[in-house]
Formats: sequence, C-alpha cells, structure tokens
Amino acid sequence: MSRSRAQGWLFGGSLAIAFVLQLMPLPQLLSPFKPYWVALVLIYWAIELPGRVGLGFAFLLGALGDVLTGELLGEQALRLVVLTFIVLRFRARLRFFPVWQQTVAVLGLLLNDRVVTLMVRGFSGEAMPSAVFWFAPLIGMLVWPFLFLLFDDLRTRLRVSD
Amino acid sequence: MAIARTDNATLFAEGTVSTLRLIVYLAFAVALMVLDHRGGYLELLRHAGSAVIEPIYRLAAFPADVARATRTAVATQDRLASENRELREQLLLAQARLNRLDTLVAQNARLKDLLDAQKNLGLTVQFARLIDVDPDPFRHRIVLDVGSHQGIVVGQPVIDAHGIMGQIVEVLPNTAVAMLITDPTHAIPVVVERTGLRTIAHGSGAIDRLELPNIPISADVKVGDKLLTSGLGGRFPAGFPVGEIVSVKPDNSGMFNAAIAHPSAALDRSGEVLLLHDQPQPYGPPAASEDVGPPAELAGPATARTPESTQ
Repeated sequence: MSRSRAQGWLFGGSLAIAFVLQLMPLPQLLSPFKPYWVALVLIYWAIELPGRVGLGFAFLLGALGDVLTGELLGEQALRLVVLTFIVLRFRARLRFFPVWQQTVAVLGLLLNDRVVTLMVRGFSGEAMPSAVFWFAPLIGMLVWPFLFLLFDDLRTRLRVSD
Repeated sequence: MAIARTDNATLFAEGTVSTLRLIVYLAFAVALMVLDHRGGYLELLRHAGSAVIEPIYRLAAFPADVARATRTAVATQDRLASENRELREQLLLAQARLNRLDTLVAQNARLKDLLDAQKNLGLTVQFARLIDVDPDPFRHRIVLDVGSHQGIVVGQPVIDAHGIMGQIVEVLPNTAVAMLITDPTHAIPVVVERTGLRTIAHGSGAIDRLELPNIPISADVKVGDKLLTSGLGGRFPAGFPVGEIVSVKPDNSGMFNAAIAHPSAALDRSGEVLLLHDQPQPYGPPAASEDVGPPAELAGPATARTPESTQ
C-alpha cells in the first residue's frame, strides 16, 4: 500500500520536476541545448509503468505543457502522443536493451519528436528554426543513461525500504 | 488507462496500444491546434489556470534568482565600484539629455498651445521585472511580473534603457508575456535616422540580429546607420532606437539589398524593462499624426548630439 503510494509520489513528482526544469532558464548560450525533460521522464515511465502511461495520459500531459508554455494548444499533446505510441509499441524490446542501446533509441525518439515539431510549426506558418534546433536531442540522449540509472535506483530503494 | 493492469500482464503485450487509439488522439490534437490557431482558446485556458501557472513560473525562476543574488553577493569590490562609476556616468549623461528634452517638451507644449492642439505627447511608463523562465528557446518571448491587475494590456511596447525590446502579446492577472523584436514572427516599422528611409525590420530568430530585406538597391543605407521606430502602424511610438545596421548586401535575387541590424536594446541581458502607456493615437486622423511627428524629429537629432556636447 505505502509502496505503491511512494511510487505514485515518485511518478507525479518526477513529472512535476520535469515541467519546472522545462521552464527553467539556462544561460543564453546554452538555452538551445535544453533537453525535452518531460519527454525523457515520460519515456522512462512508459517503459516501466505502461499501465499508468497510456496515450490518453500523454495527451493530457502534453496539453498541460501547452497551457504552461502558452503557444499552441495541442502541439505538445501531439508530440507526446506520438512519442508514447512509439515507446509503447516497442516497449518489450526497449525494456531489455542494454543502456547504450536504449540511449540510441532515445536519440531516435527525440529526433523524431523534433521532426513532428517542425511539421506542426510548418503547418501553423512559423519560420524554420536554425541548425541548433537539432542539438537538443543529442543532449537529451546524453542525459538519458543518468536519468535511467537514477530512477531505477530510486525505485529499487523504495521497494527495498518496505 | 481504463483497465488497471499489473506490471506482469504487459510484459510482452505489444498489441495493447492500438493504432486506432493513436489516430483518434492525433486527430483530437490536430483539431485542438486548428481550433486554437483560429480561436485563441489557449489564452482563455491560461487565464483560468493562471492561479497555478503563475506560481510555477515563479518557482522555475527561483534558482536563477538565487544564482543572480549569489553572484551579486560575491562580486568583487572593484567590479562593483567600476560598475557604479559606469552607471553614474550613464546617469549623468541621461540627466543631461533629459534636461535638453525637458526644454523641448516645454517648448513643444507651448507651441501646441499656440496651435490649440490638446494632444498629450508625454509618455507614461511602468516599471516591470523579468521573470526568468524560458517557455521555448526558439521563440523569443519574455515573461514579466506585471499583468492585467497592474493595468497591462496586449500591444503595449516594451523598452529598456537602450531601445525597443518588443511588445506585450499575452496578459495574465499578474504575469505578462512579451514578444521580442527578434522573434521570427515579429516585424517593426523603422526609419533610418540619417536618411529618413522607411522600411521594416523583421526578427531573425537570433537574439542579436534583425533582418531588413527588400531595401531598394538605390537607397542610401550604410553600415552604422541607426534605426528608429517610425511610428507607422500605431503600435510603437515614433523615435525610439531599434538597432544599428551591421551589414548591407544584395539579396539572392539581386533586385534588393538586404541589411542586418544589431538591436539597440539589451535583449538578452535586461533584467528590468519599461512598459509604455498612452501611446499616440494609433489610427487617428492625419492631423493627429502630424502632431506626433515634428517633436520626435526635433528630439531625435538633439539627443543624438548630446553625448558630444556634454563630453
């Protein structure tokens, strides 16, 4: 009972922190390299807890992100739904990948997310962003192993402590 | 989501996420985007959720605030001293310009009295601080700590000590979002100070560049030319510095020149900004805009000459 509650706190807390990190400013020079934290955390939970993370959940989460950033309602919802769908489709494989292979898969997912973003913005008539637009997925990829190990460790501790 | 599944049940259950549901959600998201693009429902939603959004913004800005406070606290004595000296000099200069301008304003008021014109040129400004959050690094938006409760409305120009920064595009109760002039979707009507050539400066998406495409080949535009707001369009008042030309080249077609300008305002450094109120009548009759024009032109060269005359 309390174990699942602790898991719930970790789940909700990690997503909340991801949103705050997403909004947190970086120095001007580094800001294009900010990884898509919400996507990274969502990928983790989609792999580990698919019972909680469905397409509907991703949609709601994305809509929440849209409300927070205040650009176009539905943009992040679309991006996260696509992302979650791919993760859930290949979940069995992703789950048993070694970490480096997972990292490459995450890079693919984030690059795909960039393409989706570009499509959405293209359709809504925005200018094409510059080349640095494509760097953030690389940083996301570099962050993934640490995030994965951190969360795995936290979850193991929660399990052990009960 | 509907059925509570255990962890084991989904170990190899690849088929649980159906393509049909994906399509339904994608369609839903696209419908939402189209509706929002046309109707701007997101703003309503943000207004309703502002009680939650604003604290989250403050929370996200907190580490940056702490970092800045720490930096100030540990800044070395001589750096602060030199900064202080620099600011003192700037203040002196600004004061001198202001005195000069005061006489002009008084003169202007007198002349206008003579002309029986009631129009008030005085610009009232409101001070605002940046909330250090970054919704998207590829869109040039800043978040300010004032909102509709403080009387902010959409469309107000945002300036700093050096020039035009942008304009307010969204207002929440205690927060406002401004679009910078370098945003790729932003354009501002400008006039070249030296020659009076009117053109439009577009945002480039880079924080230190403005683009001025479509300048006639024959037009006299040189590197170092200052750009001021022209006041056309009614959004920005005339005569505020916008930028300085850093390069002029023929564009790809060879029919026009394309210039690059460096914004005057410290877009990536300003922590405090001013919001202008009481902008000149946007769509007034020609007579009204004539009222606005001459004093700004008078003030322009006078303020530009001041640095030499005071040194």
